Amino acid sequence: MASEKIDVRYVAKLARIALSEDEVERFEKQLGDLLGHVDVLSELETAAVPATAQVVESKNVERADEAGPSLDRETILSMAPQRQGAFFRVPKIIAEP
Amino acid sequence: MTVKAQYEAVIGIECHVELKTRSKMFCACANEFGGEPNTKVCPVCLALPGSLPVANAEAIRHMIRAGLAFDASIPAFSKFDRKNYFYPDMPKDYQISQYDMPLTLGGIVRYWLEDGTLKECKLTRIHLEEDTGKSMHGGGGDGRIAGSSFSLIDFNRAGVPLMECVSEPDLRSAQEAVGYLEALKRTFVQLGVSDVKMEEGSLRCDANVSIRPVGSTELGTKTEIKNMNSFRSVLRAIESEIERQITLLESGGRIVQETRGWDEGQGETHSMRSKEQAHDYRYFPDPDLVPIEIDAALIDELRKTIPVLPPERFAKYREYGIDPKQATQLVDNSPLADYFDASVAAGANPQTSMNFVLGDLSRLANESGTAVNASAVTPVALAELVALVESKTINSKIAKELLERMWIGEGSPKAIVEKEGLAQTSDTGEIEKLILEVLAANGKAAADYKAGKTNILGFLTGAVMKASRGKANPALVNELLRKKLE
Amino acid sequence: MNDLVKRGAADIAREVRAKRISAAEVTEAALARVDEVDGRLGCYLTRLHDLARQCARRVDERVAAGDTLPLAGVPLAVKDNMCLTGTRTTAASKILENWIAPYTATAVQRMLDAGAVPIGKANLDEFAMGSSCENSALGVTRNPYDLKRVPGGSSGGSAAAVAAFEAAVGLGSDTGGSIREPAAFCNVVGFKPTYGRVSRYGLIAFASSLDQIGPLARTVEDAALAYDAMAGHDPMDSTSIDRAVEPAAASLREDLKGLRVGIVKEFVTAKLGPEIDALYKRAYQELADLGAELVEISLPTADYGLATYYLIAPAECSSNLARFDGVRYGLRVDGADVGAMYEQTRAGGFGPEVKRRILIGTYALSSGYYDAYYVKAQKARTMFAQDFRKAFERCDLIAAPAASSPAFEFDSKSDPYSMYMMDYYTIPMSLAGLPALSVPCGYAGEPALPMGLQLAAPLFEEAKLLGAAHAYERATGYAAKAAPAV
Ligand SMILES: [Mg+2]
Ligand SMILES: [Zn+2]
Repeated sequence: MASEKIDVRYVAKLARIALSEDEVERFEKQLGDLLGHVDVLSELETAAVPATAQVVESKNVERADEAGPSLDRETILSMAPQRQGAFFRVPKIIAEP
Repeated sequence: MTVKAQYEAVIGIECHVELKTRSKMFCACANEFGGEPNTKVCPVCLALPGSLPVANAEAIRHMIRAGLAFDASIPAFSKFDRKNYFYPDMPKDYQISQYDMPLTLGGIVRYWLEDGTLKECKLTRIHLEEDTGKSMHGGGGDGRIAGSSFSLIDFNRAGVPLMECVSEPDLRSAQEAVGYLEALKRTFVQLGVSDVKMEEGSLRCDANVSIRPVGSTELGTKTEIKNMNSFRSVLRAIESEIERQITLLESGGRIVQETRGWDEGQGETHSMRSKEQAHDYRYFPDPDLVPIEIDAALIDELRKTIPVLPPERFAKYREYGIDPKQATQLVDNSPLADYFDASVAAGANPQTSMNFVLGDLSRLANESGTAVNASAVTPVALAELVALVESKTINSKIAKELLERMWIGEGSPKAIVEKEGLAQTSDTGEIEKLILEVLAANGKAAADYKAGKTNILGFLTGAVMKASRGKANPALVNELLRKKLE
Repeated sequence: MNDLVKRGAADIAREVRAKRISAAEVTEAALARVDEVDGRLGCYLTRLHDLARQCARRVDERVAAGDTLPLAGVPLAVKDNMCLTGTRTTAASKILENWIAPYTATAVQRMLDAGAVPIGKANLDEFAMGSSCENSALGVTRNPYDLKRVPGGSSGGSAAAVAAFEAAVGLGSDTGGSIREPAAFCNVVGFKPTYGRVSRYGLIAFASSLDQIGPLARTVEDAALAYDAMAGHDPMDSTSIDRAVEPAAASLREDLKGLRVGIVKEFVTAKLGPEIDALYKRAYQELADLGAELVEISLPTADYGLATYYLIAPAECSSNLARFDGVRYGLRVDGADVGAMYEQTRAGGFGPEVKRRILIGTYALSSGYYDAYYVKAQKARTMFAQDFRKAFERCDLIAAPAASSPAFEFDSKSDPYSMYMMDYYTIPMSLAGLPALSVPCGYAGEPALPMGLQLAAPLFEEAKLLGAAHAYERATGYAAKAAPAV
């Protein structure tokens, strides 16, 4: 995984963070440097090593299908940056997912 | 050969079905349709900072049963992954879903067409995920995204357990696609894993459609059709898309891989998003959840809970010689179908039993408000009645009367017949005696018959039957009457 | 300063239970101390005077009613990435600057149930991303031992509050060293339990597979008491361990006889300069003097810890922080459409370090890079776990530095990577999920600043770890050899 130049604009688009020109330049350098450090991992022989997502082994943690109380609507709507009646309101949506 | 006949369609269906559970997939909020907006939300399903998901055990069991119903394999190991993309009605801005290790793999959906033809479509997988909230688009645009200036969000459905069923591209027409979907729906309802109400959005589907010259084995460029809200719109949308693709190719055009939305009003699909704008979902294992391991004992336990399923039933009824319409009608009413099956198991002739079940018994049930399977007429008693009809011990008129008496609790039809001497009589001497009485009382009718008005025979037969209090064998009465008059 | 604030948690709880002092008195003393010094130190983002008094009253009532509360009246600093109903909970980010939590984190609730009294919400690096507290968007916290220096991070507010007698116990969270490093910088004990030992429910996530809540306190005994109150399974956190907790406060010991302590060959302290090298050599000798047998062990992967961590943690955070989107709570910066709103909100709401980590994590998960970065790091993580398992075949505990240097001056680490290097010795334990702590082990530099000795144990062996640390603390008493500057 020889480090290549990161397309910071594309990554920022995926992450939904607007970047100024300055930030694009700065992050491009910083992320590039960091990836340079991270490249040491290529020295590790991992072909036969399984990936670990959870280091403390566990499985089948489930809850019984029982309904419980929900939050009070006013409490949650009072957090909303913008509400309309009983709904959360957002600016116009350009496209479906 | 028409232009249309030179092409065949290749269709695969992805559909999302909301599971029937008491609570949501990862929290204890109620999983109920409707209700005041934003009243079924908690820190977890609203993705408040710090909240964590815990998987609903029943949803996982539903998934395994759904897989077993289609002979899918249930891998020993499964896990949840995050599908990352931003959308305002998806609280975490990622969906907990399953990527490379779904709960079920493969399987076959057996379905049928209106004419009774049995078909099969392979499943790729069924995986478990969570639903999003609902957006309503306001400020113009007639409630649609296009033209709206803001949206309002209700998170009540956010986090409801959802199974995504992905089919192989085994379907060849819009009719097959609908048949496949109907079989899915029937099976899920029968299993009790979902109510499958399209009008409540508990089944939503997308279709991948391509066409190719008949005989070709290569796949053409496909488009994905979205926004089909009923089986009728699935039928219309796919037909319209096939036609659009044929027209486009025939006019020298090229199909573009894209997502197209079905417009119910316009009756056509329109481009929504091209492949270039496809997402980079950055799937990775959800570190807030732990893997699922499924052992053979659980699979065995769940296998025992699986009832006879609609496609199997339909095929059996067809083998009985029952016509597709009646068979479908019965399959779609599973308590009635169970009742019918029990009567056949008790020895009833299937077609005769079917006629009673869909006919007089259903009518009595409607009139009385008591379900057939809860009535005094047990499947065994019905089988007894059917046997009396089949052996010509009673005729259909007596049978009908008997059924009504059985319905009100008079018990075994055989016992009634024996006690009241209702058995059909084929005693020639006795019938001839009755014929003479009837002819004597209806001299004019006999004369009319001899004068060529032969249709009067029905009236005379009826009179003899009445005189026998319905017991005489009608065919014999008819035959002896004719002899006497000629 | 009222001398009450200098008392430790065990002492306070004992006295309050015996009704020799009241929780109300202790609380007033703590609040007065906060009012006196926090203007200079900035430990708290939110002071909870009203809530503290209310809780103290309740504790006194419960004591009067005969409840034996293990933490009766103990003043508590809660890191501000933990939810506490009705209090502002910010994660030290502009994006949550005014968010009031409507629910309480399990760990916090268990502390309150045990009788602890919340004094304030403590500062941290924004979303716990940092090693100095300089990344807080909402305030500066100073090291009580030298106001020109950082308190460490990310749990810097909690560490400084405990060091400066603004609380007896602090709650911190540790992802790669965020409890142990600030504990070392502030001359207190900081303990990160086994991953999953303390529920994460209500802890605003940074990296789900690494985050772990733990206590900071002025003695090992106090840390053990707090741990005993918090540890144990929580059905709201799927990754919480369902396994009996051995009470640590009952396992404290006075010597290390019969224990083998591993010294990691690859952790060459000579690299840290002769003074620090000598300090750690002395610390190891002190362990031997207490009866421990020192053995050399090897962690071949040691030098890969930072690389592994700086892929996994950002990847998880890029997804965990997606929910801060301006739709349901927190900051919104308007935009022409919802996409622009997201981008402006997140641009304005997150500080540079958070943006940096979200971007690197998004990149590591994105199409084409996932296997090379994220999966590679997950495989490396497996190797860490294996290396430690092997090492623990030869020893009971591991001793190592808790940080690469004593507390540094503000703005002295301009390059992100040099800041990341601070966690070189703590990250390997985090990757393996091990319980680990930092206990004061002397002073280094000019002026002489506190240093911490890190001790780590196999999974689930918290009681053994705290027991040994207690012996070391009692024998050496380093924390008491210097007093904070305020
Ligand atoms: Mg899906
Ligand atoms: Zn909920």
